[in-house]
Amino acid sequence: MPMNDPEKQQAYWRENLRYLVILLTIWFLVSFGAGILFKDALNAFTMGGFKLGFWFAQQGSLVVFVFLIFAYVFLMNRLDKKYQYDE
Amino acid sequence: MSELFSQMDVQTWTYLIVAITFALYIGIAIWFKASSTKDFYVAGGGVSPWANGMATAADWMSAASFISMAGIISFAGYDGAVYLMGWTGGYVLLALLLAPYLRKFGKFTVPDFIGDRYYSKNARMVAVACALLVSFTYVAGQMRGVGIVFSRFLEVDITTGVLIGMAIVLFYAVIGGMKGITYTQVAQYCVLIFAFMVPAVFISIQMTGHAIPQLGFGGQVNDGSGVYLLDKLDGLSTQLGFAAYTEGSKSLVDIFAITLALMAGTAGLPHVIVRFFTVKRVRDARKSAGIALLLIVILYSTAPAVAVFARTNMIETVSNEPYSEMPEWFSKWELTGLLTFTDKNHDGIIQYVQDETQNELVIDRDIMVLANPEIAQLPNWLIALVAAGALAAALSTAAGLLMVISASVSHDLIKKIINPNITEKGELMAARLSATAAVAVAGYFGINPPGFVAAVVALAFGLAAASFFPAIILGIFHKRMNKEGAIAGMVVGMVTMIFYILKFKFGVFDGGKEAVGALKDSWWFGISPEGFGSIAMLINFVVSLVVMRFTPPPPKDVQELVENIRIPGGEKDIPAPQVH
Repeated sequence: MPMNDPEKQQAYWRENLRYLVILLTIWFLVSFGAGILFKDALNAFTMGGFKLGFWFAQQGSLVVFVFLIFAYVFLMNRLDKKYQYDE
Repeated sequence: MSELFSQMDVQTWTYLIVAITFALYIGIAIWFKASSTKDFYVAGGGVSPWANGMATAADWMSAASFISMAGIISFAGYDGAVYLMGWTGGYVLLALLLAPYLRKFGKFTVPDFIGDRYYSKNARMVAVACALLVSFTYVAGQMRGVGIVFSRFLEVDITTGVLIGMAIVLFYAVIGGMKGITYTQVAQYCVLIFAFMVPAVFISIQMTGHAIPQLGFGGQVNDGSGVYLLDKLDGLSTQLGFAAYTEGSKSLVDIFAITLALMAGTAGLPHVIVRFFTVKRVRDARKSAGIALLLIVILYSTAPAVAVFARTNMIETVSNEPYSEMPEWFSKWELTGLLTFTDKNHDGIIQYVQDETQNELVIDRDIMVLANPEIAQLPNWLIALVAAGALAAALSTAAGLLMVISASVSHDLIKKIINPNITEKGELMAARLSATAAVAVAGYFGINPPGFVAAVVALAFGLAAASFFPAIILGIFHKRMNKEGAIAGMVVGMVTMIFYILKFKFGVFDGGKEAVGALKDSWWFGISPEGFGSIAMLINFVVSLVVMRFTPPPPKDVQELVENIRIPGGEKDIPAPQVH
């Protein structure tokens, strides 16, 4: 396949967008969901001394964010290889 | 030898540690001197992902993150989460939606991207104005931070402190450019994270027996009572009339809006974005964003723990205790004016309560981190280390901002608009001169801080969210987006943001600052000025998309540029589209 094949580029871009939608949904659910919108409901549960909603807002979201970026790095490196866009 | 060390006082230690770190920063800058404009703007474009991740983390974590954030959280409780999530969640947006594509685009500045993608000098000018406004706002705060640390720990006055800070930054930013700054920031990250973590670990062990603060803050108090620390703090807070620590007091919609505005603003800040121009490949940009966030989260996840330790310690030390029995640090901080006690009922005992009429103690939130090691009675060298850490945080951020200012002037204004025929040597000279001028302006504001510095931080994030963030996202993800749409969106977004801040933060249209409190009830959708960036951002998106519908699509070469930046690979330069 030539490097600038438009169909190949389109396919690569669509897969990239699919990853973005999945990862950003998780991003939204942990921070705006668990940490803000559903905080009060989650606070009914505790984990050690933490109320769960409070923990997501001040700890959990941050940790998930880091994992999300590394998941994206992994997925995209694999995708680059599949489409021979790796440098 | 060890006897000598144990006898040295805090001030001697501070001079020693600060001098060593400053010598290190200057040495690094000389070693990595910039010799071309590419070195000066983007460190030659060959920085490794780990070095860039560390530099980005130091660039990002300012005096405010180091000194103020834990203090703010210790007073705000749950509400402090807006900063924790907002200032980290933005990196997810940056890594997934911006950094890889901007790296592929591969120029020097954010206005470069806006100007080329929207094939327009006007778009570039709007971007330059915005970059300068955001960066100057921010850098003044950093210089002030340098001054405060110097005055507290080295007992020189704030002006002298700011001047010393200026001289250091001037030296290494002007000589080293982005290349020198990158490697000083790597060193500064190490200093600041060490200085933040060591006291936190000590205090966590003291209070809860856990060596990891992130666990300690969810653990039990170290007195055998089996009470969880957070439950204890909730109890202490409500007893004194404050909101329960884990509940907070802001409205749900405002928490949501502020978090979103800070996230989008973080992703849109030019001094952060430009760091991703310095790595070699697209995959390095993604990876270094992950590393940067990991390194930032080490500090950001510790800060709420420090906040809880400091708050509990503070209340237990002062509340209902006789003034005459306060420890030494109490009077030291009283001297700085950051801690004030007025014995309203003349009983010689400190009443620290929510109710303004009975409260006798005013605590500046900046004390919480700076005084924490003293309150916990940690050794002198550790207290000195905190000072060096705060300076590293302030200087690294200031230097990153100065780079944005200098590149905006020498590259975007002089090279791209005023004098396109300038030589490489001339442009490098212009970059050094504008960095010098920017240091002078920043220093001036550090010595004579305009009363609005704290207030305009909200504006800086709001502006970045309302202007750059939508323009860049649409530029990458919407091929049909044209210059008319993008410019209209940026201008309307920025104007709305500035209007909202002027109205609700400064009360400009209702008779000045005094009116601000009463205007709270007329906030749009109940959203504070801090959170309004999210609304202004939505307005930008809507205006851009509507205007785009009624105006011609971008030319073919621009559409090809968009196709090109979406795909990694090939170090070949992308030809800049014509200005149409």
